[in-house]
Amino acid sequence: MIIYGVAILAFCYVIGQLFGEFLGKIIGVDANVGGVGFAMLLLILLSDWFNKKDYLDRNTENGIMFWNQMYIPIVVAMSATQNVRVAVSSGFIAVLAGLVPIVICAITIPLLAKLSKNTQLD
Amino acid sequence: MEIIAKFLEKNGLVVAFLLVGIIIYVSGIISDKFTNKKIPASAIAILMGLVLAYIGGVYTKGEKGIADIKIFSGFGTMGGSMLRDFAIVSTAMGASFIVMKRTGWVGALSLFLGIVLSFLGGVVVALLGGYTDAISLTTIGAGACTYIVGPVTGAAIGANSDVMALSIAAGVVKAVAVTIGTPFIAKYIGLNNPHTAMVFGGLMGTTSGVTAGLAATDSKLVPYGALTATFYTGLGCLFCPSVLFLLMKMIFG
Repeated sequence: MIIYGVAILAFCYVIGQLFGEFLGKIIGVDANVGGVGFAMLLLILLSDWFNKKDYLDRNTENGIMFWNQMYIPIVVAMSATQNVRVAVSSGFIAVLAGLVPIVICAITIPLLAKLSKNTQLD
Repeated sequence: MEIIAKFLEKNGLVVAFLLVGIIIYVSGIISDKFTNKKIPASAIAILMGLVLAYIGGVYTKGEKGIADIKIFSGFGTMGGSMLRDFAIVSTAMGASFIVMKRTGWVGALSLFLGIVLSFLGGVVVALLGGYTDAISLTTIGAGACTYIVGPVTGAAIGANSDVMALSIAAGVVKAVAVTIGTPFIAKYIGLNNPHTAMVFGGLMGTTSGVTAGLAATDSKLVPYGALTATFYTGLGCLFCPSVLFLLMKMIFG
């Protein structure tokens, strides 16, 4: 049943996000630390386990895949609610302070990616 | 007229489904007919979203783009953090755990570097802009991480409100620029595989920018980038008001 898939996804979301909230509290930050990441890992492990046990039928899986397919539409809605006016009219320093880190990090990406590919060969 | 407006307002989420569907349909046609599929439909749709956000912002002077116009308020629900995170988690279905594990430590390293490099980049710009006190420099540097790290840090170390506003603006600029820029720089930074996507997520950090940018580039990469990026804001809120602030205080007094 579709709802089983949605419920599995919701289970991972709730557990992961709660974990992220608590982790934030423990290290003393006013933010969720990696909640979505933990939820994703949990979903990967769970779906792997369900697959092995053959618990996942097509409909259950569709309950998760529906949201997977809704991802881009949701991102479109999200970009339509960004504070673009501020980004466009925020003055030189803000624009530079936003752009300079992107350039620095973009240059770093190939270097770090190379590092991870090298370790892959070991 | 009033009946229609009231109706649209009351059924916001469903109206947003309809409108986003239309946006994506139109984007598909534009991608096909005018760019020969060179620019993916999702990239065009996201760009159209940003344009709508700008129009909404100019029209209402609000902070939530098109969602500040009452009849389009459903965009706020559909694009809000709950549904966004829910959908991001679902993308993990089909992602490879082995790849994530293998990239694990480089992913962690990229997070650390991403925060420090963004912070320092922001600090240098702030210095050029004439700020010299440790609190302002730290707050603007934190804003260069994400638009959440900025105000959280600023509030923690007692920055004044115009510096806070500046740091939020810097973070918003970063998110929007990553969203738009990712498909264009992907080729040059080798962003076409899960490994690089994880490094990318860790270095850029802005969850909305990373996930939207990757969606516009290649939606298969989204879960990998999201996995690292989701740790960034939390770690940024940890490092900026503590270690990095102390560093700034040591240097600038």
